[in-house]
Amino acid sequence: MKKRAFMDSRDNLSGYLFLAPWLLGFLILTLYPMLQSLYYSFTQFDMLTAPQWIGADNYVKMFTGDPTYLKSLQVTFTFVFLGVPLKLAFALLIALIMNQKLRMIGFYRTVYYIPTLLGGSVAIAMLWRQLFSGEGVVNAILGSFFGLTNLPSWIANPQYALYTLVLLTVWQFGSSMIIFLAGLKQIPDEYYEAASVDGAGKLVKFFRITLPSLSPVILFNLVMQMISSFQAFTQAFIISAGRGGPLDSTMFYTLYLYIKGFYHFEMGYASAMAWTLLVIIAVITAVIFKSSGNWVSYGSGD
Amino acid sequence: MTNTMPKVQTHRAEKAMLAKILSHVIIIAFGVTMLYPVAWLIASSLKPGNTILSDPRLFSASFSLEHYIQGWQGVGRIHFSTFFINTIFICVLVVIANIISCSMAAYAFARLKFALKALWFGIMMLTIMLPTHVTTIPRYVMFNSFGWVDTYLPMIVPKLVATDAFFVFLLVQFIRGLPRDLDESATLDGCSKVGIFFRIIIPLSAPAMVTTALFSFLWTWDDFFNQLLYINTPAKYTISLGLRMFMDSTGQSSWGPMFAMSVLSMIPCFILFFSLQKYFVQGIATTGIKG
Repeated sequence: MKKRAFMDSRDNLSGYLFLAPWLLGFLILTLYPMLQSLYYSFTQFDMLTAPQWIGADNYVKMFTGDPTYLKSLQVTFTFVFLGVPLKLAFALLIALIMNQKLRMIGFYRTVYYIPTLLGGSVAIAMLWRQLFSGEGVVNAILGSFFGLTNLPSWIANPQYALYTLVLLTVWQFGSSMIIFLAGLKQIPDEYYEAASVDGAGKLVKFFRITLPSLSPVILFNLVMQMISSFQAFTQAFIISAGRGGPLDSTMFYTLYLYIKGFYHFEMGYASAMAWTLLVIIAVITAVIFKSSGNWVSYGSGD
Repeated sequence: MTNTMPKVQTHRAEKAMLAKILSHVIIIAFGVTMLYPVAWLIASSLKPGNTILSDPRLFSASFSLEHYIQGWQGVGRIHFSTFFINTIFICVLVVIANIISCSMAAYAFARLKFALKALWFGIMMLTIMLPTHVTTIPRYVMFNSFGWVDTYLPMIVPKLVATDAFFVFLLVQFIRGLPRDLDESATLDGCSKVGIFFRIIIPLSAPAMVTTALFSFLWTWDDFFNQLLYINTPAKYTISLGLRMFMDSTGQSSWGPMFAMSVLSMIPCFILFFSLQKYFVQGIATTGIKG
């Protein structure tokens, strides 16, 4: 008994010795800042003077007295709910085409990953800004190949600017594609063979075998892409030169948070925004997981 | 009867062949469209003068390095090489810090027994999904009070304490897959937990560590938010911030040099990607690294 207790404490010692850096980081750089930003969110705070408690005023103002905030919500939701499904659909489509015994498949996979490799950088965001400007290459191509004239500047037009950013995120479907390809390889050939014997066509096989077998992977991709899309920042910042324009049409949530916190020094307000974002993401994640019972199948039973 | 059989078979083979050719055509056509913007960026950076912007062609009669020469001179009297050196400096330290701290935590979670392990593991997994912005402002206030604003410490120190939980998870998954017999026989030989970590776990997890190093490097290389937040002095700027200076200095004339420097900034990513492709695919496929 005594020896057991001694062993336990030695186990604990070595366990916590290795865990120490992570634990320290979690307590000091994650948990404590989280609680602190929750506190700031109920204060008025400009970093120069001590935070002033103002109750829920920041939250009330966000939803009742700040049209730019509401606009940023609308822009971000459009971006997420359009960009993520399109990206996953493309990734799945290309993965299906690639999931055959084709020559050069390794090469293709590599090439398709390149946009994902580069896409998050400032360099690509600036390139996008140029491609979709009034005198940009996209308009030059549309003009010379399709004879279109009077084309707008896509990034300077509030009607279209957001969609150039959606296109930019869909363009980076490479990593989702690789995950789908890995998932497709896991589906046993016998399933398809058995279905063929039963006389099932390609579409039936896709909906009855491929999609259900892939559903856990789709769930995972959906959640991770959703979370990272809500936090998109660099592209909107570069394309709108840090202002979220034109007419706030590219005012992503995190961009507005940055502007509030670090241009206007309304740190309390920015903290309230951060916590609201956390709640939004948590709720959507919960809804996706809750609904997943209906469309995600684990195991080989079904 | 005897005549139709081979006919049906050749017909089928032809159909399969056609399907394959069609797949190749679709993949190539789509791939070319996707890569066109990047190819155009590279081509334009090598064209002389300022007519490059609305010219969609990839090939031109003349070829010039003028944009590279001009871009390398930098903006606002700071050489672009400074931005490269600064970025490489941060990236190398981040990679080292991440490998040490994340592999330690991963070893604890994957192999050691200690009180509250399940709780900490659950929390660690949750932090992967946590939007970074809930900690941004208090961290800024904290680092500001340490006098760390306008230094690289806010980008490096958090990596020393394994705040990139994603890599902890990646390494946990890998270490769990290693055979336990090795640990057990090492224990019988009198090897301590620390000894097992250094002699068995670290050497065997090399592939997962390469993946960790690779993504740590690339994500830091492409990072913009933290650099924008913490670095104010142009002499301390990174490549991301340096490229943005071209945008601020407006005027058509800066597009050429900006394109040239953009291309240079991508070269390390390309080199790493093409030389370590295997680790990319492994890393993404086993843990589903976010894009």
